[in-house]
Amino acid sequence: MSLIACDNVGFSYEGKPVLENLNLQVEAGDFLCVVGENGSGKTTLVKGLLGLLPPAKGRIALGDGVKRSQIGYLPQQSESQRDFPASVWEVVSAGTRSRGPLLTKQQKDRVRRNMERMNVLDLKSRSFTELSGGQRQRVLLARALSAADQLLLLDEPTAGLDPLVTVELYRMVAGLHRQGMTIIMITHDIPAALQHARHILHLSTAENFYGTTAQYAASPLGKLFAGGTTNG
Amino acid sequence: MAEQLQVMLSLGFMQRALAVGALVSICASLLGVCLVLKRYSMIGDGLSHVGFGALAVATAVGWAPLAVAIPVVLVAAFLLLQLSDSGKIKGDAAIAMLSTGSLALGILVLSRSTSMTTDVNNYLFGSILTMRQEDVWLSIALAFLVLVLFFGFYRKIFLIIFDETFAKAIGEKTRLYQWLLAFLTALTIVLGMRLMGAMLISSLIIFPALSAMRVCKSFRSVCLCAVLISLVCFLAGMVSSFLFATPTSSSIVMANIAVFAVMTLVRRIAQKR
Repeated sequence: MSLIACDNVGFSYEGKPVLENLNLQVEAGDFLCVVGENGSGKTTLVKGLLGLLPPAKGRIALGDGVKRSQIGYLPQQSESQRDFPASVWEVVSAGTRSRGPLLTKQQKDRVRRNMERMNVLDLKSRSFTELSGGQRQRVLLARALSAADQLLLLDEPTAGLDPLVTVELYRMVAGLHRQGMTIIMITHDIPAALQHARHILHLSTAENFYGTTAQYAASPLGKLFAGGTTNG
Repeated sequence: MAEQLQVMLSLGFMQRALAVGALVSICASLLGVCLVLKRYSMIGDGLSHVGFGALAVATAVGWAPLAVAIPVVLVAAFLLLQLSDSGKIKGDAAIAMLSTGSLALGILVLSRSTSMTTDVNNYLFGSILTMRQEDVWLSIALAFLVLVLFFGFYRKIFLIIFDETFAKAIGEKTRLYQWLLAFLTALTIVLGMRLMGAMLISSLIIFPALSAMRVCKSFRSVCLCAVLISLVCFLAGMVSSFLFATPTSSSIVMANIAVFAVMTLVRRIAQKR
């Protein structure tokens, strides 16, 4: 069974439909990129997948062994975190679900492992605010990994990063995918989506596209968007 | 000076004021870190004015002040949280409305009762003479509650303040913890405002947190540092008010301002290196 299956899903805000007739299946090990212009419902879809917004129509089914709260979520960066006093260790370990105020040894080991995976262990006691944009995203990815076992949901992970750092971050995400993580990535970056994704969902006010990356590249929509940007 | 301090410590009302003040300082500084970082600082200020109105009405009617003030301020805290989230009225405007409204009501009610001037002064700017033995017990209970809840839910509180969306995504009940913070803040304010006064109690919430944030880089160190600063400033304010016969609450705020200035300077120097 798929990790996530959306069956004719629709969302609406205050009675106004935002997304309609959405069908997709995310299999274990998949890499799905969600692209689309602003206002096409990308953020709505994220909220829906996280269970923060119930669908107005249809059904979102989660596969065996996946709980809503086990989706490793990388939110868009928020302004208020820029001056928040928090050490890198505090941020990453906050992803661990635990009842008590203290982490067990296994939980700490897991946090440390995830920091190593994202290459931020040496930043452990640095202040989160002092980090560069790329380092910050890697720290938040490590936090997402602390919460998730198999599925990552990345909401525009490279927004605001410079090109070199963007490439580096994509490389790390691709690395996680190779290690068996299922990835859903919201992005504006269609060339990157074509390069990394197995499936692409293009949300559009007119008609949504969902298919494999090859199908997308051959589709009129894909040609229109990819053609214009790959050269640039 | 040592002699004078001995005199100060031997006075019953001073002992009570020291006990209540120290406990309220600890609670206020910990909650202050959360409120400042969550951009809820003004809620503390608004609640203290609501508390003033409630105390005034209770006094006029002849009910036990705290028994009226605590539930009223709690309701106001939930209302303010709800309002600032719903976005119908902007949070800051809602707070301003509620706090000036309560202030006006409080003064109106007090002016109808007999000893207007002394009471108003005590309520607005606090008095260390009003502390009774019950207040000491209540402060101990409150401080215990705040500390247990704060440390029990420390990691959750951090997560919710730092990144509410992520907290929701991993299934935390963020609303519950926001209410918890509001609940504890309301209790702290009602208890502290008789010592500090409705006008000045929110300084205990805001200053130590801001001073600590000048120099500390992790959430944990900010919390510890804020508690320390809050206690030191409280004691310094108490002692200087005793020695120089200045109003206690303003002396405490002055001490906090001085520490904030020093911390800002320290940060400047550290950044230049």
